Amino acid sequence: MIEMLQTYGKAFLWSDGFHFTGVAVTLWLLVISVVLGFCLAIPLAIARNSRQKRYWLPVWTFSYLFRGTPLYVQLLVFYSGVYSLAVVRELDFLNWFFRSGYLCTLLALTLNTMAYTLEIFAGAIRDLSHGEVEAARAYGFSGWRLYRHVILPSALRRALPAYSNEVILMLHATSLAFTATVPDILKVAKDANAATYQPFTAFGIAALIYLLISFALVGLFRLAEQRWLVHLKPIQAH
Amino acid sequence: MLYGYEKLVLQGAWVTLELALLSLLVAVLLGLLGASAKLSSHRLGRLLGAGYTTLIRGVPDLVLMLLIFYGLQIAVNAITDTLGFAQWDINPFTAGILTIGFIYGAYFAETFRGAFLAINAGQAEAGQAYGFSRWQIFTLILFPQMMRFALPGLANNWLVLLKATALVSIIGLADVVKATQVAGKGTFQFFLFTLVAAAVYLIFTTLSNLVIYWLNRRYALGVRSANP
Repeated sequence: MIEMLQTYGKAFLWSDGFHFTGVAVTLWLLVISVVLGFCLAIPLAIARNSRQKRYWLPVWTFSYLFRGTPLYVQLLVFYSGVYSLAVVRELDFLNWFFRSGYLCTLLALTLNTMAYTLEIFAGAIRDLSHGEVEAARAYGFSGWRLYRHVILPSALRRALPAYSNEVILMLHATSLAFTATVPDILKVAKDANAATYQPFTAFGIAALIYLLISFALVGLFRLAEQRWLVHLKPIQAH
Repeated sequence: MLYGYEKLVLQGAWVTLELALLSLLVAVLLGLLGASAKLSSHRLGRLLGAGYTTLIRGVPDLVLMLLIFYGLQIAVNAITDTLGFAQWDINPFTAGILTIGFIYGAYFAETFRGAFLAINAGQAEAGQAYGFSRWQIFTLILFPQMMRFALPGLANNWLVLLKATALVSIIGLADVVKATQVAGKGTFQFFLFTLVAAAVYLIFTTLSNLVIYWLNRRYALGVRSANP
């Protein structure tokens, strides 16, 4: 194990000497897809709760398709499927985009987390107490200001525990990136295994790194809950 | 319609379904064991249960799959070597079932634990007072009530497990993803066949949702809903 860490330690963490690899790549994929997914999920969650069919139907279809199929299959559709189409190869931009394993992985991860996140947020908005919205309306809030100052702050806070779960699942989902030749933690472990025939050590180190990142994320979300969900904590007996 | 690859794709879909259902069985059994360990009065049991659920749920399923799949064979080789037996190759299908079952057992354990905790303690006490054995209390009193609380979580876990079976193609099993990849390579219709794989999964999840809807109604019998 010490030997493998000496040879591959740096590659596991940030670089193989030429490119970024390992933890750096995994975290980069995670942060970009989660931030993009979060921002796009908020308007979609509002559309999902709309009464008009032309708003909720497309969002519902999108989320049904992406939550009903495995992320790996979605990645294959983008990375090997779309790129095999003649139309895509003829257009410069699409050709450039879908040739890149990084961009395909990011696209699949972002769309996937968007689908799950929008359902979490839509559920939180739906579960808001009716009186909260009614009171805001009585004070003259409506439209954009109602969402900006009352509905979203309250719903996003309540969604925090479910959302923290989703982010950790996304961390785990990034391990699929190596199938699109992206050099994340698992790719380094696979290379180390191929070179040394020590699967227990190679994948064990990867598992340990993922475990540590998971614990760090759990800790961060616990802090976030203390900061934003303190008003919903059960009252402690004295 | 699929350039002569219909049969291969159907076989792959069948392998996926078999794998998912058998893994579900393993995962539910391990989940019940894990939940009882976490709720047991023995310190060692609680420690083992907590270790199992925390470690497994903190690591990506793909990493665990590779770790167990490749590691298990090497461990078996080491044992057969020292004992002087011939090499014994693990059947990939069995290894896949055990691996997925072992991983998702940790998720099921958490669901079952929460559901057991939701049952009023008086229920088990009443059983004891009537002279039921521990096994009778479990099967006749706790389990049926626990299922109602556990069902939403179980349904969710099943859908995640079903989708996780797509990963076994990475360790070389001939599931529906592998079959569609082979068909794609044979016909150069990659786009069509990746969509076929997605469609197969969509059919499976849609059917699952129907069954879950029916089960929810079945286990909610005798419970008044809050809605008038």
